[in-house]
Amino acid sequence: MTDYQEYLEFLYSAVEAQNKKHIELSESTSLVADLGLSSLEVMEFIEKIEDHFDISIPLNILPDVNTIGDLATKVRELNL
Amino acid sequence: MLFDKFQTMAGFQAELAERKVEPFGAVTEKILSATEGVVQGRNVILAGTNNYLGLSFDPRCIKAAQDAAARWGTGTTGSRLANGSFTEHQALETEIAQFYGKDHAIVFSTGYTATMGMCATLAGPGDVILLDADSHASIYTGVKLSGAEIIRYKHNNPEDLAKRLRRLGDRANQTLIIAEGIYSMLGDVAPLQEIAAVKREYGGYLFLDEAHSMGVLGETGRGAAQAAGVEADVDFFAGTFSKSLGAVGGFCVSSHPELEAIRFCISSYIFTASSSPSIIASTREALRIITAEPQLRERLWENANRLYDGLKSLGLPVGPSASPVVAVEMENRSRTIDCWKALMEAGVYVNLVIPPASPSTNFLLRNSVSAAHTSAQIDTIIAAYASLKTTGLITSTQAA
Repeated sequence: MTDYQEYLEFLYSAVEAQNKKHIELSESTSLVADLGLSSLEVMEFIEKIEDHFDISIPLNILPDVNTIGDLATKVRELNL
Repeated sequence: MLFDKFQTMAGFQAELAERKVEPFGAVTEKILSATEGVVQGRNVILAGTNNYLGLSFDPRCIKAAQDAAARWGTGTTGSRLANGSFTEHQALETEIAQFYGKDHAIVFSTGYTATMGMCATLAGPGDVILLDADSHASIYTGVKLSGAEIIRYKHNNPEDLAKRLRRLGDRANQTLIIAEGIYSMLGDVAPLQEIAAVKREYGGYLFLDEAHSMGVLGETGRGAAQAAGVEADVDFFAGTFSKSLGAVGGFCVSSHPELEAIRFCISSYIFTASSSPSIIASTREALRIITAEPQLRERLWENANRLYDGLKSLGLPVGPSASPVVAVEMENRSRTIDCWKALMEAGVYVNLVIPPASPSTNFLLRNSVSAAHTSAQIDTIIAAYASLKTTGLITSTQAA
């Protein structure tokens, strides 16, 4: 089982291409407020994660996801 | 503040007002025919409707509507479950079921409430919905209301659908798979043979929205599934009366007898007034016409191919194949608005589409074709686009 920190590291690398403002990423970085991702870009990011871990991330979880840390927690739960 | 979230939209509206452009909700002051009108004071060719077969102005449909209004009154003033089920509504349900060769049908007041209501009701908590990423807003709204687990598959990608069904394991055969026949913004057709094959392999139920493909595709106009020869794999067909049939309303047909029980569970069916009898009557007449007159579809496709080939020959990015919807994709919002305005000034009304209504970050000049367009009108539309190139508003490289 991959632990939370490893999920986090993957998410940092996966979102780097969309980090247009070149801000320093942390688990509290907000996908929308800090990174400025549009809804379409959030979905592209989600697809990268799904393909990497061979999981499907339900849209239902997205209202609870604000930060990279939130997403790492959800992905970890889905991949258990 | 409550209104903060609307500031971006308010700013966009202000920008449009400053540029004296009103692409959204452009008011039609007069309809001259199925393909011509007066919009914002200009005589224009209507190339941004969904009047695929031109039946909105068919004298037989108009007569049927007039007669029904005289006989039944202007409205039902009630829900289908209360006082709003007239024999006209029941007759249309029988006829739309027969049209699809199915035993069961529900008629809704709009296409939006049909797809939204069915998607909100068919799957519930504990079930899974797999929907195409580019699904219509009514489908997204419906699935959100369902309480089911919602998973997107990549647009028109049967391999991605299969992958996601595989991941579901034992839950796959309890999954509602949602696709559309023709996608409304780009006019692309779903690969239904492949999607049906995936469903046969993994199980599940297939819900197909034929809103833009009914009357347009298939030997008898039943849509994309008929054209692909996979109607037996579709559990639920949904569609609308507001496009090929030239009126307003929606439907769902199915072989599953459970549809009759489902009918009593759909909020958007129960808690809204039923369609006016005049609408139902013109829809019944239009359904009869599209069955009796396949030449309308032939004419539609002649026009679709003419427009597609014309815009493609100008070097514009118009998608991989001809369709009654021909969209020109552009990257720059301001330039797209300029093009829309120039097209209006040239006497051509098309749809301006901006994200998130467009399926990517691109902006669209969405053209739609009708069987009622003349070849000369199609050529005028092409010429208007050619002028955009001449004036430098659009080039092959700026678009796409």
